[in-house]
Amino acid sequence: MVGLLFLLSLAVFFLFNLLPFDPARLTCGKVCTPQLLEQNRHRLGLDLPPWDQYLAFVRGIFFGRIYAPDQPFPIVCHAPCLGYSFLRHAEVTTLIARALPVTLWLTLGGFIVWITFGVVGGIVAALRRGRWQDRVLMTVALFGYSMPSFFIGLLLIFFVILQLQWLPFPSASAVQAGPFANPVKFFQTMILPWLVIAILNAAFYVRLTRNQVLETFGEDYVRTARAKGLPERTVVVKHALRAGLTPIVTAAGLDIAYLMGGAIITESIFSLPGMGSLSVNAVTNYDLPLITGVVLVAGIFIIAMNLIVDLLYGFLDPRVRIG
Amino acid sequence: MSTVHAAKGVSSGATEVPERPFLSVENLSVKFPTEDGLVQAVDGVSLTIEQGKTLAIVGESGSGKSVTAQAIMGLIDRRTARMSGQVWLDGQELMGLPMPDLQAIRGSQIAMIFQDPMSSLHPFYRIGDQIIEAIRVHRSVSKKQARKETIDMLRRVGIPAVERRVDDFPHQLSGGMRQRVMIAMALINSPRLLIADEPTTALDVTVQAQIMELIASIQDEFKITVILITHDLGVVADVADEVAVMYGGRVVERATTAALYLKPEMPYTLGLLSSIPRMDKEMDRLDPIPGNPPSPINLPKGCVFQPRCAYWERVPDDLCKTTRPELLATVPDHMVRCHLEPEVRREISASVLSVLSGGRS
Ligand SMILES: Nc1ncnc2c1ncn2[C@@H]1O[C@H](COP(=O)(O)OP(=O)(O)OP(=O)(O)O)[C@@H](O)[C@H]1O
Ligand code: SF4
Ligand SMILES: [Mg+2]
Repeated sequence: MVGLLFLLSLAVFFLFNLLPFDPARLTCGKVCTPQLLEQNRHRLGLDLPPWDQYLAFVRGIFFGRIYAPDQPFPIVCHAPCLGYSFLRHAEVTTLIARALPVTLWLTLGGFIVWITFGVVGGIVAALRRGRWQDRVLMTVALFGYSMPSFFIGLLLIFFVILQLQWLPFPSASAVQAGPFANPVKFFQTMILPWLVIAILNAAFYVRLTRNQVLETFGEDYVRTARAKGLPERTVVVKHALRAGLTPIVTAAGLDIAYLMGGAIITESIFSLPGMGSLSVNAVTNYDLPLITGVVLVAGIFIIAMNLIVDLLYGFLDPRVRIG
Repeated sequence: MSTVHAAKGVSSGATEVPERPFLSVENLSVKFPTEDGLVQAVDGVSLTIEQGKTLAIVGESGSGKSVTAQAIMGLIDRRTARMSGQVWLDGQELMGLPMPDLQAIRGSQIAMIFQDPMSSLHPFYRIGDQIIEAIRVHRSVSKKQARKETIDMLRRVGIPAVERRVDDFPHQLSGGMRQRVMIAMALINSPRLLIADEPTTALDVTVQAQIMELIASIQDEFKITVILITHDLGVVADVADEVAVMYGGRVVERATTAALYLKPEMPYTLGLLSSIPRMDKEMDRLDPIPGNPPSPINLPKGCVFQPRCAYWERVPDDLCKTTRPELLATVPDHMVRCHLEPEVRREISASVLSVLSGGRS
């Protein structure tokens, strides 16, 4: 785990800092004399050899960091310092800390909606396999699965906000303030993004859940459950689904992890200032410290969710637990 | 509908319809449409058992034993299989029952033990909880009471250190122990009919005898009616009152256990008897029946056993190749499905049996 994080930081740092861009050049401005460039390079710590730059970066994460302390107006970057965005004149950590809750709410709400619809829909499809309920669900799922998110998003904005005016325009500040400051505005803003994320994912989870249930239907212990006289609902949920839950949990864990790195398209369409918007911004402006920070945080989420999923396996499957 | 029935009843004579035996399977057919064709798993099977008796169903792999058993319990998916016939349990017809009524009967009136105890218990739930669940679907008792009953029953089927074992997961138990758990689960609601589908096939030889003993003692103790499915005629003699031999999805011979061992008539039964291992005889190799069971998709047109039968040429007009024999009484309580004349069958049977018994004595 720790080793993995170390490798991740190494990879991310060198990947983005050995690119053929000169960050000093980018922050130098229009009239850039060689002197100014050199001075900039020193301020950014870019005059150090790459390995030292990396060490400074890692040290910054734990102890904070001061850029160019020998200069007037040194820049202080507090621990955990993921770097300093000279383009935005802000600490990367601060930028991420501002964007992360937005993405967190987006992911959390979307997840609740999609897992509910996905699993319930999958169970219904499995229970009514071969009948019209199953066919309708699978067709809808196929549509949801194959529709691009920007299309669903724009469709929703067009109809729900512009045409029908059921909802006001999304409010970035309401989202940043969180659900407790102004719950009504928060939910009004988040409902459509949640739906977009949910439609995309639920479609996959309907199919996954249905397949898992139908697959375990062939198992002997499901036949035992029926032979006990359990109602079909219990057979499906408590016995068949329970046994096929592992792949669903795995998929959910990874999907959450990916979303925590930023739902780029959804966030852009609804102008939500989350991790997705932040990374788009960083990339289009060649803001290397910011890119490094965002990718590192996204990677941390993926590693962490993998760990959580592994722990859940033990919780789900007693054979893993006791060995 | 009922008037038609009544009219038929009158026209067929004034004699009273005899009461149905405790369990009566009448003309049961189960067919599975598959991509390769229609699988005729069970075709026109009729069986009866009196209360408290044990019926053994014997036959090679694929002869339709499990499908018959599962059809009796309503475990065949009605959506994918084509089923016809009737199953009467104590005066109630089961095949036509709506699902909820059937569920009320499963596990309370009819219980089943399966071939593979390794996979028949849910791997994610504690064995005690799985039995408690079986209690509480059918009876509204407290969890505490159900647990007490569970522990008592587990002890009765011979699980050691029950208080500790009750909270084990299936993978922590041996195959024999798991089958005991399955038996405890089957018995927990005092069912009236127990179907044991090859309960020992998947177990070690030493454990097999123990489980068979347990089933026999349960039969004594609970006065339960038992259908014992097996492909091993050897285990049948000790426990069964009657035997039905199945081949190619149908019953080919049905008799009391004694009659089946001493006076078998159907050539297939003779073949089965010849392949029982005998401790008392020093035979190098048993005589397994030559050939393979028929494919349930392409059953022979005539007698389903004809391709493997050594005697079909003794029936005139190639009848065995063209016409399905009926299951007919040869003597009272002994039904045989074979075109051979009864005298010829008995002659063949006598000579085969004398060879089997060594021909020395
Ligand atoms: N769901 C199904 N779909 C298609 N064919 C099936 C299905 N269930 C059983 N069969 C077929 O029906 C035939 C009878 O199967 P069954 O399980 O009753 O045999 P069996 O006598 O119990 O054999 P074994 O000793 O191997 O358990 C087999 O050929 C089997 O392949
Ligand atoms: S009917 Fe003919 S083929 Fe079938 S068992 Fe009898 S003799 Fe053999
Ligand atoms: Mg079987």
